[in-house]
Amino acid sequence: MKHELAGRALPMAAFPRSVRLFNWERTLAILSPVLLLLAWELAVAVDQIDARFFPPPSRIFQTLAAMVASGEMASHLGISLQRVAIGFLLGAVPGVIIGLAMGLLPLVRAAISPLVDATYPIPKIALLPMFIMIFGIGEESKYAIIATSVIYLVLINTESGVRNLEKIYLDVGKNFHASRKMMFLDIALPGAMPMIVTGLKLGMGIALLVIVAAEFVGAKSGIGYLIWTSWQTFEVEKMYVGLLIMALLGFVSTILLNAFERFAVPWKAR
Amino acid sequence: MTYRSAGVAMLDSYRHPDPPKEPEVKLRLSGVGKDFVSHGQVAQRALVPLNLDVYDGEFLCIVGPSGCGKTTLLRILAGLETATSGTVEVCQNQGDRTGGRKAHARPGNSMVFQDQSLFPWMSVRDNVAFGLKARGFSRAERYRMVQPFIDKVHLSGFENALPHQLSGGMKQRVSIARAFANDPEILLMDEPFSALDEQTKIVLQGELIRIWEEDRKTVCYVTHSIDEAIVLADRILIMTARPGRIKEMIDLAPIFGRPRDVETVKSSAEYGKVFARVWGALRDEVAGAAAEGGKS
Repeated sequence: MKHELAGRALPMAAFPRSVRLFNWERTLAILSPVLLLLAWELAVAVDQIDARFFPPPSRIFQTLAAMVASGEMASHLGISLQRVAIGFLLGAVPGVIIGLAMGLLPLVRAAISPLVDATYPIPKIALLPMFIMIFGIGEESKYAIIATSVIYLVLINTESGVRNLEKIYLDVGKNFHASRKMMFLDIALPGAMPMIVTGLKLGMGIALLVIVAAEFVGAKSGIGYLIWTSWQTFEVEKMYVGLLIMALLGFVSTILLNAFERFAVPWKAR
Repeated sequence: MTYRSAGVAMLDSYRHPDPPKEPEVKLRLSGVGKDFVSHGQVAQRALVPLNLDVYDGEFLCIVGPSGCGKTTLLRILAGLETATSGTVEVCQNQGDRTGGRKAHARPGNSMVFQDQSLFPWMSVRDNVAFGLKARGFSRAERYRMVQPFIDKVHLSGFENALPHQLSGGMKQRVSIARAFANDPEILLMDEPFSALDEQTKIVLQGELIRIWEEDRKTVCYVTHSIDEAIVLADRILIMTARPGRIKEMIDLAPIFGRPRDVETVKSSAEYGKVFARVWGALRDEVAGAAAEGGKS
């Protein structure tokens, strides 16, 4: 009797909201972009929008398939990935090291932070002519511009990660006579890791932005170059393919960095 | 450790008047005081220069009203703060587990901190082995050395767990194991159980007594809990309100013997008498501290 009552008193609410709505959320998330593409396709088919500016999605995907088959896509994508990867590492690794040193050693901080503060506001892409002047039009200038964009974000986040470290961790290190090396590698580095990962994520976002801009003006290959020349030669489908690939790059890099976060910061489980 | 000696006019002393069977002094504080200085002037006197002998193998509890400088005193002993005056001497024992290797020398002290002092990125095993790593033991050596301590605090099977997977009581067990495994001359404890619930606290007090009684290292234990001090201590040092000085020293060794257990102490008739005596000494200080706190 009592059981029946309770059963009636607790209808759907007995299930957590997330469980009930899970499938709907998933479905909608996939459905809405698909519907948008369908609407686009239809609008072009019935001549409601100009196919010269907005070629139908089906033609964009056909172009993509043709570019993949011919190897054109692989060469553009490969060179852009190489530039981002090498430039990112050249910025991130020194960024972490200098950021740790600035966080732990007041003298290093005193020497470096005015330089960082003074140069950080410069939009990094504005440095491209200078890097082309120094390194020439080749790959080095791209590595340099990306590394420069990434290093600031990683360095600033790493430093603040170390400085916001719970003081008790440093007390424990001191009381147990940890060497300077242990203070760096066993306390400051893992302790700052959540902020370091944040810096890496921001840095990757900036790196993707900067590589496209750099390839617009200073390259003969890469996704940015593809987008720019497609516009100039009015191969609009290829331009949209370039945009699609950039969206995918952003998506994939987010997934990879989230996976890295779960590996590097397992104690901040979400 | 040697500190610049300041004037000794205001020395506040406690030397044991009649030490039973000539106990060996393990830790000697001479004129140790602390002033907080700002703009070159003494802003606040935290600790009146004090003399104190702590005996080898003794469990000393330090109680006092909050803000009386008891934690400051402990942090000075731990090397985390420098005293304004006075000297701290630790008598080094012969024969430790390091086999005479100088690089691995036994540390003067190790501290059990208040809660949240475990490194969240290290496994239980690596947290417990932290001091041994700092002393240069290889991974294999220190993992072998910490295992008995992990077993003693009943964390076998949790060696690879991360601290966020543990309960509050388990975390403080790790913290205790970390200090004991480092095999220091002196153990310092700063209210290690203050964040735990009452029942967990009683269990851990019992375990601390059991582990400590195995090799009776000298302990300085700061607490605000009179009950905890009575349960654990051989002697209770009662401090005055700020600026901290020694108000009274109560010797419990003749009242509650060793080995000791929590229930026996708490259920004894003497417990109430000792409690009244400690509270009697503290009451005015706590009232004074509260009045001063109200003013500022």
